[in-house]
Amino acid sequence: MNTLLFLVLQLALALVLAPLLPGIINRVKAIVAGRRGKPLLQTYYDLARLLGKGEVISTTTSWVFCTGPVIALATVICALPLLPLAGQPSPCAFDGDFLLAAYLLGLGRFAIILAALDTGSSFEGMGASREATFSALAEPVLFLALLVLVALSLEPPQALQATKPPELSFSALLGGHAALAWQDGRAELLLIPAIFFVLLLVENCRMPVDDPTTHLELTMIHEVMVLDHSGPTLACIVYGAALKLWFFVALITALVLPPMPFWQHLGASLVLMFGLAVGVGVVESVMARLRLPVIPRLLAGALTLAALSLILTLVR
Amino acid sequence: MLDALLILPLLAAIIMLLVGNAAFCRALLLLTAIGHTALSLAACIRVARGEAPEGMMGLMTPDALGALFLMLASLLFLAASIYATGYLREEEKVEERTCIQTHRPFTNAPERRFTACLCFFLAAMTLVTTTRHLGALWVGIEVTTLSSAPLIYFHRHRPSLEATWKYLIICSIGIALALLGIILLSVAFYNPTGPEMDSMDQLDWYIQHTGLASAPWLKAAFIFLLVGYGTKMGLAPLHNWLPDAHSQAPSLVSALLSGALLNCALLGILRGHQIMRAAGLGDFSGGLLVFFGLISLLTAAIFIVGQGHYKRMLAYSSVEHMGILAIGLGIGGLAAQGAMLHAVCHSLTKCMLFLLAGNILTRYHTFSSYDVRGLRWTMPVTGALWAVGFLAVAGSPPFGIFVSEFLVLKGLFAAGQTWLAAIYLTALAIIFVGMSMAVLRMVQGSRPYDMPANPREPLWSILPPLVLAATVLCLGIYVPDWLWNFLQTGAALVGG
Amino acid sequence: MNTLFATLIFLILVNNILLLAAFRLPSLIRLIAFQGICLAALLFCEQHLLLACAVLLIKGLLLPGLLLRTIKRLPINTDLRPRLHQGLGIVAGMTGLIFALWLETRLAIQPGLFPPLLLPAGLTTLFCGLILVVGRSTALAQVMGYLVAENGIFVLGIPLMSANTVWFELALLLDIFVAVFVMGIAINHIVETFESIDVDGFRSLRD
Repeated sequence: MNTLLFLVLQLALALVLAPLLPGIINRVKAIVAGRRGKPLLQTYYDLARLLGKGEVISTTTSWVFCTGPVIALATVICALPLLPLAGQPSPCAFDGDFLLAAYLLGLGRFAIILAALDTGSSFEGMGASREATFSALAEPVLFLALLVLVALSLEPPQALQATKPPELSFSALLGGHAALAWQDGRAELLLIPAIFFVLLLVENCRMPVDDPTTHLELTMIHEVMVLDHSGPTLACIVYGAALKLWFFVALITALVLPPMPFWQHLGASLVLMFGLAVGVGVVESVMARLRLPVIPRLLAGALTLAALSLILTLVR
Repeated sequence: MLDALLILPLLAAIIMLLVGNAAFCRALLLLTAIGHTALSLAACIRVARGEAPEGMMGLMTPDALGALFLMLASLLFLAASIYATGYLREEEKVEERTCIQTHRPFTNAPERRFTACLCFFLAAMTLVTTTRHLGALWVGIEVTTLSSAPLIYFHRHRPSLEATWKYLIICSIGIALALLGIILLSVAFYNPTGPEMDSMDQLDWYIQHTGLASAPWLKAAFIFLLVGYGTKMGLAPLHNWLPDAHSQAPSLVSALLSGALLNCALLGILRGHQIMRAAGLGDFSGGLLVFFGLISLLTAAIFIVGQGHYKRMLAYSSVEHMGILAIGLGIGGLAAQGAMLHAVCHSLTKCMLFLLAGNILTRYHTFSSYDVRGLRWTMPVTGALWAVGFLAVAGSPPFGIFVSEFLVLKGLFAAGQTWLAAIYLTALAIIFVGMSMAVLRMVQGSRPYDMPANPREPLWSILPPLVLAATVLCLGIYVPDWLWNFLQTGAALVGG
Repeated sequence: MNTLFATLIFLILVNNILLLAAFRLPSLIRLIAFQGICLAALLFCEQHLLLACAVLLIKGLLLPGLLLRTIKRLPINTDLRPRLHQGLGIVAGMTGLIFALWLETRLAIQPGLFPPLLLPAGLTTLFCGLILVVGRSTALAQVMGYLVAENGIFVLGIPLMSANTVWFELALLLDIFVAVFVMGIAINHIVETFESIDVDGFRSLRD
């Protein structure tokens, strides 16, 4: 496919549809709780409202406070083109691009944390410290899971040997190997989507780890950090969060789906992505937020499972 | 006829559970024991004549080795059940029971359950000794654990419960490992295109087809069999349950555990040893047996010295003798023949000693050998037999164990294991000294003031030990040719 | 069928890790019931219908039921109180798995005897059972560890089963059932006498 067309399509889909995901999650939570809930497009309205507003900036802050959210948004947008689209390898793919993606997201988080610290409020500093802790714990899980995919792509299944995109890139890792290999009897790969789902919940501050609906309690993480932001910078943060959610959902989708024709794959991807959003909503409705000391245990469990599937992949 | 050997105790157990009258149960127990002894004697004679009796659709096909252990188990069971009839009658009369260690009141388990479990225990041991199917052997040994656990917990107090739990868990896990050994054995012999196994006589089939087996798997299988059944047999360092269970069980149960059950577990190991020898790996399995035997011997020597608890002392003595058996069988040749004789003599002697310990415990209400004084005044017959039993079990002439230990020693020298022989003798000497201190202290000394002098001792409590002592003495002076031939046939199966 | 078999083996492996991570007795029992069902399904894959039904009945239903009934009669809280920290237990279990995988590459196995991963899965299950026995001070957890170890050995025996050995496997199942039954009775007595099911209280017998 034409490179330009590919990039435009991919970015357009992400930029336009991403704010729909939080809307779906909220809707599902509301329905499960027996309410009617906010409109599906609420995030779009919020963004429009925030962009139209002025901003109050504390006098104790510096330029870091304003640039942080912008950097966060920019890094996510940069990471998005690295993903394959509907089974087609991304034109930006190169060896090791998943490292770039992981650290782009890390850079965004770092910028937000700096912005939070810049306010000088102990409350936001606490949130920043928690965010840093949990993302540090989540990182080995992410890389171990990616390592499983790398180990798998070193010996691709018969069906995929003909078309070889650049190795060790997202496009190669997520090109449907996992789904095919599982059908060959490699059951350990069933764990990888589950691990990525846990990572999605952790990285996007969803329910069992963080409660995105409130910043009133001392136990909150993400919402505490952005308490002082308002107007366009808050819009950047909200939009960036939606795009990050899109990134992870797209990653799981690309991992799970077996190779199919482009348009079919695109349709299936979109359906599955929104299905995953519904899944997140259900998880958020049925689970209570975990106590803070339990969260490292959850991540350690994910790490163990990732290690298990890495071992099993390597011995085959 | 072999069927009856297994069905008789099972049937008796079920009747006991159904009827439940205490006196009836005791009578039935005695009848079962007598019947079983007669039947196993008949089976033994047939095996000794060279016939191959079969029972239970080919499941029970005893060879000389099995028949020997069957006979031992049956005889000890008879002795124990004679003792049990009197013991249980006395227990029934006791109004209030207090635990010796914790001084709390306790109750006894229902008597019919006790006698029924004894019968189940006998049935399981019968299966173990008569079968040559390794799976059935495994099931039998597991059933001995399950049926003897309630026997250990007859007196329902804390220490006995603790001992029962240890026994159940440690032995069950051990036996599970032996099951792994059996599976590894079938892996070793696995051959999809090879000959089918058509009879229940797994052992013979394995021995005939050792050419098919792969040596590493066989070795692994034997290690697991040894560790698994070795736990049950009380080989150090897997013996932890043994002193606890033997010290807390009622004495007649300890007698059966030590005299009959340990032999059954040994039989499990020997079956593996037989296959290993046929496959030309006898040195490997024999070496392992000798190694574990030596550790057991040394462990027992360390723990017997200064052991203040006389039933635990007897239990450690069992560990010692299991070690001697393992060494003898591992060396092979004359030592293996000696080990066969040793198995017989040890079973008889240890059974007698445990029954006597029961007498002492009933009178003195203490486990401490320091608190038991003046046995020869208070219980002359028991005291005398206690001293005799000590001499017999520690291996002094003219008792059977002296002969058998001497044969093992001779075998050690014949095999050129001088250092091993030196360690063996040292350990035996240490054990002799250690036991003599405790036993002589108990027999000698002045009678405690609150203990009546020279009271009548009930016949049931001294008759079985007396007969057993006489037998061991006879075996020390003269081993009849037919018995020696039979032992040799048995030993020949494991390299004697 | 092949995918199902591989998936089941894998589920048994994951189940092992979860067993070591479990914090409470009821969840441990549920995991054991799940393991029993996995075993039955494995047998079903191997066309041993009678045995599969027996395993499902005994290991999937009766034994967990028995254990649950024992728990319900206990007047005590059901935390596991590990002697060995759960995290350490998991690390030990993973090490056991790696060792088993290494062992599989070293051993000369008749080709076609063990399906892929079956041998490591069985050995790891056995090992995890032993960790449960040693690493938990609750008597009930020790029984469950015994059951898990037994399951591991059972997994190893699956490829060797044939029509001739069915009676033996059935006897084995019955044996294990009786064993757990007897242990259950013993646990009831322990609760009555010691007012706890912690075996750490067992310290009256020693030299």
